[in-house]
Amino acid sequence: MTKAISVSGLRKTFGRTRALDGLDLSVGTGEVHGFLGPNGAGKSTTIRVLLGLLRADSGTAEVLGQDPWRDAVALHRRIAYVPGDVELWPGLTGGEAIDLLARLRGGLDERRRTELVERFDLDPTKKGRAYSKGNRQKVAIVAALASDAELLLLDEPTAGLDPLMEVVFQDVIAEAKAAGRTVLLSSHILAQVEKLADRVSIVRQGRTVQSGTLGELRHLTRTTVEAETERPATDLARLPGVHDLRTVDEATGRIRFTVDGPQVGTAVRALTDLGVRSLVSHPPTLEELMLRHYGDELAANGHGAGADGHTTAPGTDGEPR
Amino acid sequence: MTSATAAPGTRAPAAPVTGGNALAGTRTLIRFALRRDRVRLPVWILALFLSTLMTANSFRTLYSDPEDRANAVRSVDSPAGLAMSGPRHYLTDDGFGSLLSHQMIGFTAVLVGLMSVLIVTRHTRAEEETGRAELVRSAVVGRHAHLAAALAVAALADLALALLLALGLTGLGLEGVDASGSLVYGFAHAAAGLVFAAVAAVTVQFTAHTRGASGTALAVIGTAYALRAAGDSGTSDTLSWLSPIGWVQRSYPYVDNRWWPLLLCLLCAVGCAAAGFRLSTRRDVGAGLRPQKPGSPTASAALTTPVGFALRLHRGPLAGFGAGLFLMGAMYGSILGDAEDMLAGIDEIEEALERIGGASVVESFASMVMVVLTVVASVYVVTAALRPRSEETAGRAEPLLATGLSRSRWVGGHLAVALGGGTLVLALAGLGFGLAGAASTGDAGLVPDLTGAALAYAPALWVTVGVAVVLFGWFPRASRAAWAVPVYAFVVGYLGQILQFPDWTNNLSPFGHIPRLPAADMRWTPLALLTLVAVALLWLGLTGFRRRDLETK
Repeated sequence: MTKAISVSGLRKTFGRTRALDGLDLSVGTGEVHGFLGPNGAGKSTTIRVLLGLLRADSGTAEVLGQDPWRDAVALHRRIAYVPGDVELWPGLTGGEAIDLLARLRGGLDERRRTELVERFDLDPTKKGRAYSKGNRQKVAIVAALASDAELLLLDEPTAGLDPLMEVVFQDVIAEAKAAGRTVLLSSHILAQVEKLADRVSIVRQGRTVQSGTLGELRHLTRTTVEAETERPATDLARLPGVHDLRTVDEATGRIRFTVDGPQVGTAVRALTDLGVRSLVSHPPTLEELMLRHYGDELAANGHGAGADGHTTAPGTDGEPR
Repeated sequence: MTSATAAPGTRAPAAPVTGGNALAGTRTLIRFALRRDRVRLPVWILALFLSTLMTANSFRTLYSDPEDRANAVRSVDSPAGLAMSGPRHYLTDDGFGSLLSHQMIGFTAVLVGLMSVLIVTRHTRAEEETGRAELVRSAVVGRHAHLAAALAVAALADLALALLLALGLTGLGLEGVDASGSLVYGFAHAAAGLVFAAVAAVTVQFTAHTRGASGTALAVIGTAYALRAAGDSGTSDTLSWLSPIGWVQRSYPYVDNRWWPLLLCLLCAVGCAAAGFRLSTRRDVGAGLRPQKPGSPTASAALTTPVGFALRLHRGPLAGFGAGLFLMGAMYGSILGDAEDMLAGIDEIEEALERIGGASVVESFASMVMVVLTVVASVYVVTAALRPRSEETAGRAEPLLATGLSRSRWVGGHLAVALGGGTLVLALAGLGFGLAGAASTGDAGLVPDLTGAALAYAPALWVTVGVAVVLFGWFPRASRAAWAVPVYAFVVGYLGQILQFPDWTNNLSPFGHIPRLPAADMRWTPLALLTLVAVALLWLGLTGFRRRDLETK
């Protein structure tokens, strides 16, 4: 697969703050790539380097085979960008801003513009100062998607959208993907990336800490298992790869634990031996992946990181084994 | 009333609007507003106070003997002179106090009005527009508290100025500037401030936007000034009686010391404020009484070019400065015919005019006015040239520069407007000066002469743009230092002429190299050199901007 974006060892400091500290990123052509990380991890800085708005101190970056700093203008005709915090001109209407941004990028598809304005339920006759945050974001999204860009750089594009609009957004991105466009989607909203992304990169403090398909990342992490057995299963804790074993319900003997990917088989066999009555397991959600990576920041909460993470996303991909 | 706020937590839940509840929290909001304005307000008040005091003090030397004062009185006794100062009644008295009231009140009343309007809009509509008011109003704060607090702060500022003026002017010990007159003089300012604060209390109800609200209130001030100018210059002063500025001038401090016109102001203020409170109950928080007009759903072809887009962003200030400079030029032009009489007897100015040279007082005076007009034009040019910087810090440059628009073309659009617009407002100033000047002197040749003289300053404006761009390109955080250019030009070019600064100070300013038309002869070399300097600065600034990081939010 050819690369739409390849970045390696990117460093950027602002005064004393180190925003990027050797960041690597690789996005294949035609894929939707999730760019995950907490606030201040360096996601926006990376995207701005990819746009040639900032100049990296060191490291290399190539976008669509070109140098983002040197060939900025030529590149921008092939890229559409939605900033995280969209600011509009107070005296210009939303419609004017859409046309302005899209035409400066090199033209827009009128039919698609009309369709997108309708789908996002946007009033294009309002002045920029009258828009709410979500509506300003819609203006930028419509402007980005109404032109024929090969690469979409979306920096937390749905932070201000309501759930209905977020569904529309997901549909639109899925269509863009089907049309063969490449999407870099930065977010700290995990569910969204999970639904759209083929591959993800997790960044933290200016560095990529993990990169791969969701499947690969899950392989590296623990599966959560909840089971009821006829005989007490507390001994399971001694098995290699089993963590955080807890009894959820004394009366039924229901237990819950997490298990490292390669050890799932051993654990399930042990449960069978104990007379398993019910068994639910689910792959880790991105919440859990993130909690694993930022767990040390949550140290104050004790060891609760892995054990409680999945309770916020019940039944995701629940599959008996 | 406001004492109800002493223990807001213990109050019963909201009763209907009418009770003291509607003002709950006012006292806290007043303190909060004073805290936020702890620098702004003292600067405004001291600037107004000190400039009045300095003017009064300068009379000591300017009109040292009664003969000079009589001359000064005679010099403004023309329709144009009265339009720019105040009612003719002041001229029956040639004491220092009367001179001061006549020359200053009309002008400072406008400034006090401006201060009061800005205070009210900043603490009401601006708060609502940013959404902060919503947060505050969700606490135990009555629905009238914001407006009441804003008006109270404006009233406090106006009163502080009034007392300072009363005390300061009395303390000056100038002959004819006594305590009772100074008290009326001070409170005349407070009265003007209160009226316009109350006007702003009404205008903030209509539009949902701060700029619109203060703009409307400022238009009211402008109209008030125009009405009194028309009334005072004519034979009947009915028109002046329609204007609050006319009222305060008719308190005749140091001449008649009348309080009742000020009472008229107070009544008007109370009426307007009541209307403001009343109207505010008929709209929602954050909304205006006038519904928002929908705009165009699509962009015109012109808007999507860099220059067309820049022009759209700049059109308000450009039109404002263009019209303002045209009128300012016309105002000076209208007194050009009387210039000789007016300036006779004021030694400092006569000497300064002699140094400028020129065949006649008219020509020398015109050259001096030209400096003032170009300084105002350079104020426009600096605001325009710094626009890319404010777009950048507001986060609006980022999405544009992420499109196929290059950095140079983006800044270029703004610079084209700054350079072209600056030249245009300069030409308009010269044209207004020339047209009115031709009318007042009967010399039609002044129209092309004065327009040309103004345009000769264009290269200096371009250099000013260049300085701003270099700062923007290389030292973006210091961009505002570009304001030093017009300030320096004014100090050296205008005051320096009168106070006789050494020559080298003049050479540091781009404006100092322009031949002082129409008094001096035209020389093309300095204009060509300045143009070259401007081109070099523009190139340097653009180079810097292409190489630096864009600042983002």
